Amino acid sequence: MSYSGRYIRQTKLLSFGIDNQSKLSANKILIVGLGGLGLPIAQYLNAMGIGTLGLMDQDVVELHNLQRQILYSEDDIGKSKLKVVKEKLQGQNSNTVFKCYDTFLTKANALAIIKEFDVVVDATDNFAARYLINDACVILEKPFVYGALHGFEGQVSVFNYKKGPTYRCLFPEMPSIDEIPNCDDNGVLGVLPGIIGTLQALEVVKVITGVGEVLSGKLLLYDGLTQATQKMNFPANAINQNIKMLQDDYGFTGCEIIPTIHPEDFLALTNRETIILIDVRNPEEFDANHLDGAVNIPLSELTNAIDKIDFDKDVYLLCQSGKRSRIALNQLLAERPKSSIYHISGGMNEMASLCL
Amino acid sequence: MTILLFGVTKDIVGSPSLSIPTASITGRSVPKTVKDLRIFLGKAYPELSKLSSLAVAVNNSYAQDDQKINSYDEIALIPPVSGG
Repeated sequence: MSYSGRYIRQTKLLSFGIDNQSKLSANKILIVGLGGLGLPIAQYLNAMGIGTLGLMDQDVVELHNLQRQILYSEDDIGKSKLKVVKEKLQGQNSNTVFKCYDTFLTKANALAIIKEFDVVVDATDNFAARYLINDACVILEKPFVYGALHGFEGQVSVFNYKKGPTYRCLFPEMPSIDEIPNCDDNGVLGVLPGIIGTLQALEVVKVITGVGEVLSGKLLLYDGLTQATQKMNFPANAINQNIKMLQDDYGFTGCEIIPTIHPEDFLALTNRETIILIDVRNPEEFDANHLDGAVNIPLSELTNAIDKIDFDKDVYLLCQSGKRSRIALNQLLAERPKSSIYHISGGMNEMASLCL
Repeated sequence: MTILLFGVTKDIVGSPSLSIPTASITGRSVPKTVKDLRIFLGKAYPELSKLSSLAVAVNNSYAQDDQKINSYDEIALIPPVSGG
């Protein structure tokens, strides 16, 4: 496979050319997260001839991933995302060097891993990881390409590019876990991460080659419902560019370690008599409909009722959408950190669609 | 004054945009700065004032709290979003 032939459709572009193709092959890109955003980024960068691709994820493929994570097939369910992606990408482009990290990004490993790369792509699904990536990239002076979703909307930007503004220049404080719902609780339409992820892949190419105008100091807002895009300009704030060390604590390091169970998996549990199911909705909601065996303790009363809960059993928390049960999880874990407590994502909304 | 809403602010308010008065007929004060606007919206929608970070854009540029606003400005509320 000749190099010039393989990439001829992009090297013949007048404003791209062979020189920029060489830059792609000389660069090392880390993609944090192999979900809805990470997969199109990995697939396109690999196809286009990036030299080294760092891949990081510790999840396994689950059935509910398939509606948006389109590299995975039904046969992959239960397999390590990292292994599946590496295998498929190797088949796509045998010239690429892959560095695989079977872990989530943590305070302990972030600096050592990111140091090895030229550009970092934030394809995570939680604020803790995003702020950790930001701070590590500022410390190590690496640009990072950001993409994130909410419902039918997406955001894209390039932070810390040539001393440009950082993520904290836009959003200084990390939101607490109950302020802003994540995709688990809020839902995401399958195609949205594909759109935002490919925009991120394009920004990676621009950062590496200098072609076009890098989305630095600008936040791109995309609304899938109206196909409207807007760009907001924002300046750097020197305080955020002078981070010298990581924070002591980034709170929960991700959705990944939050003990979550999906409704279909909960319904498949066979040991119902040895568990406790707590419905944290209000009594009116509970009276309207609830699962057999559920005990109603509204979220507002949960911490006062904690002594009544038998933590020797596995405790499952349920609400309408999965938002309150997650707050309840944090409250109970704060008091009983060693107990087996799970929150049921999607709540009764999703449960109803499965039961009916 | 029309305010475009993004992310969770759209969910909190329940619509993609919001119209607020710029001239006072009733004698109630109207927001003259970004800070006034934050306070005004926080009273109408207490969930908005709970957000740790909420960027306000005036005419497509990030605005500090002391920036003056008027009825011709295009304003947007931009919270962080986390999904991937």
